[in-house]
Amino acid sequence: MNKHADEIRSVVVEREFAFPPEKLWRALTQPHLIEEWLMKNDFKPAVGHRFNLRGDWGGVLDCEVLAIEPNKTLSYTWNHEHEDAAYNLTSVVTFTLTATSGGTHLRVEQSGFRADQPKAFGGAKFGWQKFLENLDQSLARND
Amino acid sequence: MPQPHDILFRTLADPTRRGIFERLCRDGEQTVGALTARAGVSQPAVSKHLGVLKQAGLVRDRHEGRQTHYSAQLGTLAPLIDWTSQMTGFWQSRFDQLEDLLKRMDQ
Repeated sequence: MNKHADEIRSVVVEREFAFPPEKLWRALTQPHLIEEWLMKNDFKPAVGHRFNLRGDWGGVLDCEVLAIEPNKTLSYTWNHEHEDAAYNLTSVVTFTLTATSGGTHLRVEQSGFRADQPKAFGGAKFGWQKFLENLDQSLARND
Repeated sequence: MPQPHDILFRTLADPTRRGIFERLCRDGEQTVGALTARAGVSQPAVSKHLGVLKQAGLVRDRHEGRQTHYSAQLGTLAPLIDWTSQMTGFWQSRFDQLEDLLKRMDQ
């Protein structure tokens, strides 16, 4: 798990939806729809557009559109700056849509995070960050 | 699919129980008696909390004579701290919401 500190890690989640790619594409690229399943945002489907995703927990993600191929691929940066650099998250999220007989196969890959920074996002989305930070401090004192 | 997160969050949601766990993290192994002295609740209540923490894998007990010593098992928190398992859970839950949205959308 910690063989190479600079090793790039990624997360892949895939699911088949019983709806055509065009419909998924709208949910992935229209701000009012993105908000319904992901987060509040000021997304625009244009390469180079910078936008924010705002989470319920108060966190703000800095994003920039990297690639768009309608109904097929959408890619943007997904960065989160934390006052403690050890918690910084620098990653790229890529959605890939593939039409299937029953609808659409959606794959999301989030990558770019380094193995030596295992704590990014630590509990932030659950509002548990403070607890984990306190715990971290306790552990640091025990070392 | 049951998420390991759920059990951990449920277990640590109780402030008294979380306090006991934090004390074990901070001060190392302790007996039920020592924990009770600072928990502000009765010994049976502390024992009950320790039982729940043990079930979640957050503490381990060690018997020595008539005393039981408890220690924190920090590795159990890895799913909360490790970003890959966290983000996997995040995207799975967002896909659930996406599916709900798609059902509501016209066309």
